[in-house]
Amino acid sequence: MVVETQTARFDSIPLDCGATLSPVEIAYETYGKLNAAGSNAILIGHAFTGDAHAAGISHEGKPGWWDSMIGPGKGFDTDRYFIICSNVLGGCQGTTGPGTINPATGVPYAMSFPVITIRDIVRLQKMLVDSLGITKLLSVAGGSMGGMQALEWAVTFPEMVWSAIPIATTWRHSAQQIAFNEVGRQAIMADPDWAEGEYYDKKPPARGLSVARMVGHITYMSDESMREKFGRRLREKEKFGFDFGVDFEVESYLRYRGNQFVSRFDANSYLYITKALDYFDLTNGTGHLVDAFRSVETRFLVISFTSDWLYPSYQSQEIVRVLRRINGDVAYCDLQSNYGHDAFLVDVAEQTELVRGFLESTARVAAEAGQ
Amino acid sequence: MTVNSNGTSSLLMRPDFKIIAEIIQPGTKVLDLGCGEGLLLAWLAANKKVLARGVEIEASNVRKAIARGVSAYQGDIDEGLADYPDKAFDYVILSQTLQETRAPLQVLTEMLRVGRKAIISFPNFGHWTVRMAMLFSGQAPKTDLFPYDWYDSPNIHFLSINDFEDLCRKNGFPIERRYFLSGEKKVNWLPNLRGQTAVFLVG
Repeated sequence: MVVETQTARFDSIPLDCGATLSPVEIAYETYGKLNAAGSNAILIGHAFTGDAHAAGISHEGKPGWWDSMIGPGKGFDTDRYFIICSNVLGGCQGTTGPGTINPATGVPYAMSFPVITIRDIVRLQKMLVDSLGITKLLSVAGGSMGGMQALEWAVTFPEMVWSAIPIATTWRHSAQQIAFNEVGRQAIMADPDWAEGEYYDKKPPARGLSVARMVGHITYMSDESMREKFGRRLREKEKFGFDFGVDFEVESYLRYRGNQFVSRFDANSYLYITKALDYFDLTNGTGHLVDAFRSVETRFLVISFTSDWLYPSYQSQEIVRVLRRINGDVAYCDLQSNYGHDAFLVDVAEQTELVRGFLESTARVAAEAGQ
Repeated sequence: MTVNSNGTSSLLMRPDFKIIAEIIQPGTKVLDLGCGEGLLLAWLAANKKVLARGVEIEASNVRKAIARGVSAYQGDIDEGLADYPDKAFDYVILSQTLQETRAPLQVLTEMLRVGRKAIISFPNFGHWTVRMAMLFSGQAPKTDLFPYDWYDSPNIHFLSINDFEDLCRKNGFPIERRYFLSGEKKVNWLPNLRGQTAVFLVG
């Protein structure tokens, strides 16, 4: 299934920081068919460095980042549901972001791009969903930052979502999560090539971005998965080099992933999106999650993974407990996996079972309510 | 009780489920503690249109329950009830699990706080086979009802029908209905001796 990324354009979008961005474009893909009643639409939110290409094969032959979960007969079954995935605001894969030309100046926004939030990202997604003629989504789902979008949808537009599937995520970024992001940002900004973000006609801050990605990658894996994958194996040598070239497999892997990332991701987007992640707090700083969920009637399927130490299970359990307190409709499972945070992308068999059953029951609930 | 497409035909295999399904009124809110794979809840949701919620400690069971469309969450009964507001449910079910909880009295008290009614079923430790096994072997009884060796049994509190009635009396838990079963048959005469399974509607 070869898929095409499409673009929708809107005159302007008001942002949490007070600024207005105009115009604004959003890149998106869709899979499956919207039914006549418009009742089978599911929005997928991508993780930090993901994009709109969630499923199928692109023209370049690249499979979508969640192709194992989205497709005919898969967890998000495209024979039954109409799936939408868009690139986030502030991103660099088709949606307006710091690398986009500012029409007022004729050059990229760079650091003059307004600081955005997860709610801004969701607000733009809502404009897209509205423009597709969908009045209520069957579900909003996603892992990591995608899970934050699912939660934000349920809280900000509760009347527009039957259900939400937040996976491997949190209701607010913790000190540890902010700390890792800050290391990534500092690595980029410490690279002289970053040049206060004005590098678009020059050499990009490849070394800084690559280091940021290396740190990120460590947090996505687990002690166990790294031990299994690399151990202390040496890279194409029998003995230590007694120098600072690559000795270990894990070093080689991280350098490779870092370098590969630079060719597809914009350093300024890295700064802006990590900021949106760090600002994320469903309670707007009050800490009272019960109040945030008070008027929410959305059904929830919350999933965490036992070895995820970046978004540990307790953060998902906090969400579940609060939903219980308001007698909300919540299903929750802490799936056993050794893959760490990456589990929602790579360890999908059990996740598929959960998502399939939950979506079926949500479709039943929605159909009964619609009668 | 009919077999439906949700794979809940095996509901018929559990006689206490049959009684519980009879007790529960249509359109009510039901919480099942230790819901297993969610068979009972799926059946109740499909056939009695109840609002079904389940708690289950085993991840593999929770997975199957959710896959069946039941809103189940992974958690511990002993601490899981605390979050719910008072009278959040019409019925709170505890089937064949009371004898496995660490603090049975606390669980019962909590059940009656979050539910208007509690439905409790358990294997009767006063059944004559248990008494005989103990009398003649001099060892921890191992019977059809209690098939485990003492060292790998999930049961940590053993109670008979009389014990349960006693507890309810002492704590002022009003017993509304009681059912005693031997296999699938109801037992009315000498239930504490002849009943294998007891089902109580309390509250």
